[in-house]
Amino acid sequence: MEMTRRDLFTIGGKLLVLASVGATLEQIVGAEPAPDAYKMADHWWGMIIDIDKCIGCGNCVRACSKENKVPGGYFRTWVERYQVAEGKQPKVESPDGAMEGFPPLTDENIKSFFVPKLCNHCADSPCTQVCPVGATFISPDGVVLVDPDYCLGCRYCVQACPYGCRYLHPETNTVDKCTLCYHRITQGLTTACCENCPTQARQLVDFKDPKDPVHEFLRHNMVQVLKPYMATNAKVYYKNLDGSVR
Amino acid sequence: MIPGVDGFMYPNEVELQWSLLIVLYPYITGLVAGAFILASLERVFKVDAVRPTYRLALLTALSFLLVAPLPLQLHLGHPERSFEMYLTPHTASAMAMFGFVYLWYLTVVLLLEIWLEFRAEIVYLAQTTKGLRRVIYRALTLGSMNVSPEARRLDDKVGYIVTVIGIPSAFMLHGYVGFIFGSIKANPWWSTPLMPIVFLFSAMVSGIAAVLLLYVASMKVKKMAVDMRCVDTIAKYLFYTFCIDFTLEMLDLVHRTYESDESFRSLDFMVHTRLFFSQVVLQIFLGTLVPLCLLAANQLWRFTEKARRAMYVTACSLTMIGIFAMRWNVVIGGQLFSKSFLGYTTYKMAFATREGLLPAIALMLLPFAIFFVLVYLLPPWQEPEHVSAPAGD
Repeated sequence: MEMTRRDLFTIGGKLLVLASVGATLEQIVGAEPAPDAYKMADHWWGMIIDIDKCIGCGNCVRACSKENKVPGGYFRTWVERYQVAEGKQPKVESPDGAMEGFPPLTDENIKSFFVPKLCNHCADSPCTQVCPVGATFISPDGVVLVDPDYCLGCRYCVQACPYGCRYLHPETNTVDKCTLCYHRITQGLTTACCENCPTQARQLVDFKDPKDPVHEFLRHNMVQVLKPYMATNAKVYYKNLDGSVR
Repeated sequence: MIPGVDGFMYPNEVELQWSLLIVLYPYITGLVAGAFILASLERVFKVDAVRPTYRLALLTALSFLLVAPLPLQLHLGHPERSFEMYLTPHTASAMAMFGFVYLWYLTVVLLLEIWLEFRAEIVYLAQTTKGLRRVIYRALTLGSMNVSPEARRLDDKVGYIVTVIGIPSAFMLHGYVGFIFGSIKANPWWSTPLMPIVFLFSAMVSGIAAVLLLYVASMKVKKMAVDMRCVDTIAKYLFYTFCIDFTLEMLDLVHRTYESDESFRSLDFMVHTRLFFSQVVLQIFLGTLVPLCLLAANQLWRFTEKARRAMYVTACSLTMIGIFAMRWNVVIGGQLFSKSFLGYTTYKMAFATREGLLPAIALMLLPFAIFFVLVYLLPPWQEPEHVSAPAGD
């Protein structure tokens, strides 16, 4: 039988309609999620950090590095030690991101504290705004992620992040950053850094969960975000953050 | 203590993300925009004195425009994915529009204008040459062999419209490059609404200087006389544009100094230390003040032809260095200080790596090679007598 061009279009059209119907039916009847499955719309993740509780041990940095196979010399989280003398520029250090903690203080009579840092998972993140292909995005549950299969490696997002939280992964040549241990939190676990913090200085919080202690925490404590003037709607809240912290 | 770091940098900031290749990108697009705007002086604003450089400016713009995306491609971690910017652009991103702005400028403006300008000559060469050249010229005619006075009149009309569209397009091309930097609020060295306009005027300055240098060099190579009325006029426009550019840059500096926001101390320290040579010595003194003085002197006093030519060539050469230094100071300078404003890092330029000095030099030489080929194919020196001029000329 000889097939004309018209026949070809007719058969093709029918196949297309059948495929669409099949896909729609599968969506309606076949893809029912399990009742306890993770629903992104039910969460809005963030973190609270209690400066007074951080002892600068570096456990969080090590745990993050191990859990997420962070390449050497780059950091998804790090800890800074501030030493603030009256009327002077603060002295800040973070040797190897505090992977091995900090050396003892040389001057005990000076205000000193530790500041753990990580991606602030900003609701209005400048990094996602500038990505030319949308490879970095904020998920419906409030986590800023990078799709490594789509990232061009242009590093515009690295420039746009006010907090220095992004880097180019030397092996994948794509941008990498804290995912808030997305592979863990969507399984009902906490992040590697929070789990390994011996003083509970950092806690993963879900702003959409009415039972989450974060609501009590925010009601009773003075909290601050980093660089509030950047208006990024950062979701990492610090308790008792000193004004000298950048 | 990390080598090359003074004070405190966020740990991921120590390594610079945008290298020498990203310095080349605004430099090259600037030359394109500047050269085109100079060409439009003759076409749209009827500045007849610059007519000898009209075609040269168009070919210069094309030579550099063809190279403009290459530094970006080389810089990408995944260059093979760059086409995603065309297929799925993220409309909120300033960078996502680059491909579209570039393609618009390349195809709708520059290629079309060059084709219309050279069409009569292409047709003539397609009919008179032999062998491979004939094949090339026949292809370049795009099948249109009609060079009757009516057809040339139409070419001229369309060419005029394309140039009129081209002027805002050239402004957009380079103003947009400035916006890529100026819209980064995380970086106070970049974040200023003046950035697009500073980029634009510096682009015009560098483009005009480049065309003047290429014109004088071409005349020397061809052993033809330099049209002094033409170079005097170009130098005059260069002086005016430079004055605006310098004023804008100084306005930015004065504004930053007077406001002295929290970043000022850090940036001021950087300018006085790590950027002192490239910013104060190269960009401001050698690259701006000296050429401005040389150009201003020519506006005030009358020198001999030889002296004028020497002064213009010196001024333009220094200008090219100064504008390159400006791009360097923006791109590299903007990454030398920590966003914590508490420390500084160092740019370690590699040599024979993908983003090193060697590919950068190759990329800067490539436009000249393209220019050489273009000039060979489409000689811009004089309008051929065999081409019937459009009515009204």
